Amino acid sequence: MAQRAGVVVFPGTNCEHDVVEAFARLGVPAELVWHGARSLSGFDVVVLPGGFAHGDYLRPGAIARFSPVMSAVADFAAAGGPVVGICNGFQVLTEARLLPGALQKNKGLTFVCQVTELEVASDRSALTAGVEVGRRLRVPINHFEGNFTAAPEVLRALEDEGRVVLRYLDNPNGSAHDIAGVCNGPGNVVGLMPHPERATSELLGLTDGLVLLGALLASAGAPPAMVPA
Amino acid sequence: MYAVMWSEHCSYKSSRRHLRRLPTQGPEVLVGPGENAGVIDAGDGIAVAIRIESHNHPSAIEPYQGAATGVGGIIRDIFTMGARPVALMDPLRFGPPGDARNRWVATGVVSGISGYGNAVGVPTVGGELEFASCYAGNPLVNVLCCGLLPKDRLVFGRAGGEGNLAVLLGSTTGRDGIGGVSVLASAAFTDDVEAEAAKRPNVQVGDPYEEKRLIEATLELLDKHLVFGIQDLGGAGLTCATSETASRGGVGMDVDVDAVPLREPGMEPFEIMTSESQERMLAIVVPADLDAVTEVCRRWEVRATVVGKVTTTGRLRILKGWDGDVLADVPAASLHEDAPNYDRPMRRPAWLDERLADDPARLPPPTSPSELANDLARLLADPSWAFRQYDHQLFLNTVVAPGADAAVLRLSAPGVRPSGGADVRGMALSTDGSPRWCALDPRAGTRLVVAESALNVACAGARPVALVNCLNFGNPEHPEVMWQLSEAIDGMAEACTALGIPVVGGNVSLYNESNGTDIDPTPVVGMLGLIDRLRPGVPTPAFVPGSRVVLLGPNGSGAVSLAGSRWAAERRGHLGGHLAALDLALHARLLALVAGLVDERLVDGVHDISDGGLGVALAEMMVKSGTGCRLGGIAGYAELFGEGPSRVLVSVPSVRFATVRERSSEAGVPATDLGVGGGDALVIDGLLELGLADALSSWHEALPAQFSVR
Repeated sequence: MAQRAGVVVFPGTNCEHDVVEAFARLGVPAELVWHGARSLSGFDVVVLPGGFAHGDYLRPGAIARFSPVMSAVADFAAAGGPVVGICNGFQVLTEARLLPGALQKNKGLTFVCQVTELEVASDRSALTAGVEVGRRLRVPINHFEGNFTAAPEVLRALEDEGRVVLRYLDNPNGSAHDIAGVCNGPGNVVGLMPHPERATSELLGLTDGLVLLGALLASAGAPPAMVPA
Repeated sequence: MYAVMWSEHCSYKSSRRHLRRLPTQGPEVLVGPGENAGVIDAGDGIAVAIRIESHNHPSAIEPYQGAATGVGGIIRDIFTMGARPVALMDPLRFGPPGDARNRWVATGVVSGISGYGNAVGVPTVGGELEFASCYAGNPLVNVLCCGLLPKDRLVFGRAGGEGNLAVLLGSTTGRDGIGGVSVLASAAFTDDVEAEAAKRPNVQVGDPYEEKRLIEATLELLDKHLVFGIQDLGGAGLTCATSETASRGGVGMDVDVDAVPLREPGMEPFEIMTSESQERMLAIVVPADLDAVTEVCRRWEVRATVVGKVTTTGRLRILKGWDGDVLADVPAASLHEDAPNYDRPMRRPAWLDERLADDPARLPPPTSPSELANDLARLLADPSWAFRQYDHQLFLNTVVAPGADAAVLRLSAPGVRPSGGADVRGMALSTDGSPRWCALDPRAGTRLVVAESALNVACAGARPVALVNCLNFGNPEHPEVMWQLSEAIDGMAEACTALGIPVVGGNVSLYNESNGTDIDPTPVVGMLGLIDRLRPGVPTPAFVPGSRVVLLGPNGSGAVSLAGSRWAAERRGHLGGHLAALDLALHARLLALVAGLVDERLVDGVHDISDGGLGVALAEMMVKSGTGCRLGGIAGYAELFGEGPSRVLVSVPSVRFATVRERSSEAGVPATDLGVGGGDALVIDGLLELGLADALSSWHEALPAQFSVR
């Protein structure tokens, strides 16, 4: 079980407090990590939350991938530590080449904020370990650029290797293969456009995010062995 | 400097003497009108800041940026008081979407609010969307912002302390927006294409990323007590911020235009002082704290530059270099307080008697049940076309999302957590306006708008505690407009006094006129309510199979009128007649009754009956819940589409029915059992049958169909 979560904050990030609150509901303290930090030692799990890092200038995530903290994120991931990129965080991970593909403008060319129905497509990721494949989850999306795309051979590899983690049941943005979230080869780096932290409350009538975040925190053990910077 | 400060938009010279008649006191009011935002004590060491503003004229010229900068401006008014902005609402009014230009304005405005609000990180949780021909040349873009603060972080826009420094935070100063308050907001539009195109540079351009960093830097400065006073730069830019802070503090200020970081070379001093470049704040800082301030700003990548010094002279001096020429030397208070206080002529419009006498009872009724059903279906429109584009969930506060009678939020924010827990208490917000009612009778119409807004928050289980207003009117040089404004203010004062709701702030937008035609008087109200006990399952507009459908409030033909109704306007092109009367004492009892029923979960569905009347309210409950109903006792189309105050529909589980009847009777509020929820159609015996599928399709298609690319 994770003891301590790190939530990265870039200038322009805005969902970090919600992620901290969601983790608190699951009993795990989370700390904010400024994008200038060069170390993630002591954390069991790292989250890149949603928002507009560096104002989404140039492309969402295009500038954030050069923030100093990202080399620590890459090292943490290389050592097997669980890293989850939510929405803007997913965009940052693709720009940093820690995940394949890219997130384009939504098919309808508008921003979309709504609850979507997802299906768990694979249980071999840090976010879905122990979750039944085929399970349906109601989780909100909130984005303008959530349309996942990748080269045909990359898409094929993702499917063949069970690296599509979550799929939309009613594709809201045109994503290839209805993909809502993917992971890397080892499964410890996961990116998803939906916001699980926004589905952790009975008061709000959405609790399926607890399934994903709970799986993440349960599967995260001691901090991975860090390679010195 | 005087031209911008004494413009209508900044000085309220035509409206000030009338606004004095509004009630502004209340036991929970910490800050009333006159500061950057009104502030209410919500208990538990937490305060709520709230304000509403207009950005009408810029949005007509450049819809995206006009709306975006409207959002930016109102957010700054909130965090300049020390509050973290937690919610936006956008009451919007456009010309009919059949016209391409109106579609261009509407889509641009919604995109601008979405683009700025989402990126700056403040959720948009509600608003209004109304279309009427009087707004074709004059869209109304009003934006409300609400924020939370720990009471001890409250700070004012006031300078003080000789030798203290005026530090300009945020964006560089450019040529965008010069004359925004005068050229744009204090003048009407004309047919002169070139003259209107020449106004485009007067529209400000927004950068939400800059503003986000400014929010974080400002709140951190305040948490660390590094700031004596702080003011945002809005209309009239540096001239306003410097003169207002000096005037409020009873001090003077020396300002060096050469110290101001500029966006482009060669700017004249008057341009620097009147530029409305966005995302700037003016902080008053004790010299010993300057290094600490600079460090906080550096971390957030926010520019911080000393541009002025506080003096004891009471005069605002503009200098070219600290030891350079004195370009201006005026009493600071004169810019802020000595603007003319016009007593403009007022005259009741000559056309009003004829309009009132034009009885909607003589309109041709629907000739068949299917025409009646069709009339009702055509009045339905799902506003999610707009609000789906807004992040309405950030901060995990939004318990009831846009589309119900009021937004319901937790009383909690990053950095502002109540000691009892974040999920315990809540607040409700609603924005409301009715140009048709106010055109017929500005005084009675505005009373009705205030009453309706209070009822909307009561339907969320909240007690109304404060009101802010945005008074959108035509050209004040027209005596008819001044009469409408004065009457509206009196109506607002009557309703607020009777209901015990203080006015804690407001905004006046005049000169909403094109080619000599004024808009209908459109006072818009923003209402804040507090919820002591927030629990899952807040009732919303819904029918439930087996639950009784009960109408609370006056019933029968005298309770409603087709005058100023949506049915008469949209289905018959008719505007005239007399409005239904409002009994404020009954209304106050109804507010308490409904809030109590909702709080105690004695009802499983609730919906305020407003424009579109009983018919639209019933149809909306059906489409939102996917369940119909079977009702009786509604005689004809006039009762179905007539509009009147103090009426609420509740869905009551049968085991609660007797209790609800008792409560209503104790409250002295009439209760009429109309029928029962269930089935897949809205059935009113002898009158109407509207299938769920047909209603849903009208509801979903109405706006997208009007806005689809041609």
